[in-house]
Amino acid sequence: MLKISADKLNSLFDAVSAKQSLYIPVDRESGSAEYRKYKSGMEMSKCLNTVRSAKDFFFPQTENLADFKMNGKNIEVIDVREECEDFVIFGVRACDARSFTILDKVFLAEPVDSYYKNRREHGTVVTMACTRPAETCFCTAFDIDPTSPEGDVAVFSDGESYFFKPNNDKGQAFIDSIADMLEDGDTAELAQVQSNTRKIMQMLPLANLSTDSFGGEKLMEHFNSEKWANLSESCIGCGTCTFVCPTCQCYDIRDFDTGNGIKRFRCWDSCMYSDFTKMAHGNPRNTQLERFRQRFMHKLVYFPANNNGEFGCVGCGRCLAKCPVSMNIVKVMKALEEK
Amino acid sequence: MQEAMIKRAKELLADGTVNRVIGWKRGEFVYDSTPAVFGTADEIDAEFVFDDFTQANVSKYLVKESKKDGKILAFLKPCDTYSFNQLVKEHRIIRENVYVIGIPGGPKLDIEKIKAKGITGILNVKNVNYTLEIETLYGTEKLPFYEAISGKCADCKSKKHVVYDELIGEDGDVLDSNRFDMVEKLENMTAQERYDFWRGELSKCIRCNACRNVCPACTCENCVFDNPKSGIENKAAADSFEENMFHIIRAFHVAGRCTDCGECSRVCPQHIPLHLLNRKFIKDINSLYGEYQAGADTTSKSPLTDYRADDCEPSIVHERGVE
Repeated sequence: MLKISADKLNSLFDAVSAKQSLYIPVDRESGSAEYRKYKSGMEMSKCLNTVRSAKDFFFPQTENLADFKMNGKNIEVIDVREECEDFVIFGVRACDARSFTILDKVFLAEPVDSYYKNRREHGTVVTMACTRPAETCFCTAFDIDPTSPEGDVAVFSDGESYFFKPNNDKGQAFIDSIADMLEDGDTAELAQVQSNTRKIMQMLPLANLSTDSFGGEKLMEHFNSEKWANLSESCIGCGTCTFVCPTCQCYDIRDFDTGNGIKRFRCWDSCMYSDFTKMAHGNPRNTQLERFRQRFMHKLVYFPANNNGEFGCVGCGRCLAKCPVSMNIVKVMKALEEK
Repeated sequence: MQEAMIKRAKELLADGTVNRVIGWKRGEFVYDSTPAVFGTADEIDAEFVFDDFTQANVSKYLVKESKKDGKILAFLKPCDTYSFNQLVKEHRIIRENVYVIGIPGGPKLDIEKIKAKGITGILNVKNVNYTLEIETLYGTEKLPFYEAISGKCADCKSKKHVVYDELIGEDGDVLDSNRFDMVEKLENMTAQERYDFWRGELSKCIRCNACRNVCPACTCENCVFDNPKSGIENKAAADSFEENMFHIIRAFHVAGRCTDCGECSRVCPQHIPLHLLNRKFIKDINSLYGEYQAGADTTSKSPLTDYRADDCEPSIVHERGVE
């Protein structure tokens, strides 16, 4: 497999960023990483994952969809989309890489979301195999292999070098573009690293988490469960879980009055918020119990019902780490599967 | 301590003094307890936990819980009692419906502080004579206890319970804390430095509203920022300063009522030191109107809702100088 030695990684970043925008995870403070546009000299974070997920690249928190300009009785509709340039996201973990497949099912299904599609087509996703999973990880419950991530190119590290494996044509094109910096490498050590990581995956506290009790056919059973009252009791109704989640994809579209026209924007929405799905007749979910239930039913029941059994969670563990009251999908799954 | 609390909770349930108990229940890991209401002795035996990680302030839950039938037992740490008192003062908690047991406070541990040291795969954390022995998937790590304590405990203002029906353990004193040190540091910066500091911090905001929703001073039935009819509901920022304004406005709104419980900074997923905004107001109120601690009692008037002839004039802003 083609590789580059670890001490030359930054020169690779320099070369890639000379041609297109490159984003890498960087430490914002000790233990907290975020994606930043690469500038020469930036160090790639050693954190397992970023606080915010990588979905921001394709589905930003806010975006301007169109402008409307009023001129007397005329309304001019202005397409504000700019030509999207090619970009590379480097170091995406297997969980986040899978989240793109989930988002694709939502945004690339008819009618295709052209804003999302545009960014998706211009982005190259370079993933990074995990070697030190955290106790909050449970991606294997969703059939994700963190030692062999999806994405256009998968990168593996044996500690000394980074190895590059193309997963598709776009990935091959990326590797071709940097081929002059890569050399052939022996993957024996790599296989050992992978096998060690797989062993650790089996020792994770959530290694045995099962999705067997969930799926589209369990709709009424779970919807009517009496356990939601207890599970949702401590929920403070903030949007932390939804905003750090790589697969949460709900949004709101609003018009902002500019004085002489309108800016139509879309922004992330959260089913945990009191005005979520508020419509002309009122709100179908008036209590936090209903809102809380919606989030987990969506991921564990509604989404698989509409997507051939695929769940709407990738087990990244962000909600486990960030919920202010430590309620999360794992606790919900365990509670619901108990008879 | 946990055993004593469980024993007393079960007694009070059994003799009918209360019909529910609010505390914390055990999580998946050693550190992720959740505030919870317990209705039976069995539930308490199965899940009740009180340890180095039970940081969450349960006072705000009592706004809702105290309106239900029967009395609820609440275990309150010293800092939580200030929030409780303030909510009683604001007629948000019905005092008669809560039986308060004061319990010792921290310092509590913050798992994020441990993770920030690069420690991951955490399976267990033991406090052995104030050295943490952290068992992980990758071996055992040691860390001094005080390097992992919660930000809100590091600047603890009081070990005193300002309200209780009974105590488990000793009551403490109001402490001579160093909680205004960072505020002073910010005050001593140039306007540009201070602006850059806050822009850097507040721009990390993802508008999850965790700070607002956890805040015991934020108990509006419908927040103006959640009300589509208000005209200022801001799910999306109109410009790059709006996130910043949200926090500044919120700090103004809770000024004089914020007890400095520290929950806002504890829950921020982006680690924004939001409590510093509130502390600036507390410090200013102290210096302009005399020492005042919100939540210390349930009867006194807050300096900002009171009028005295010798109150400072608005011109104070100019007298104190603007750069």
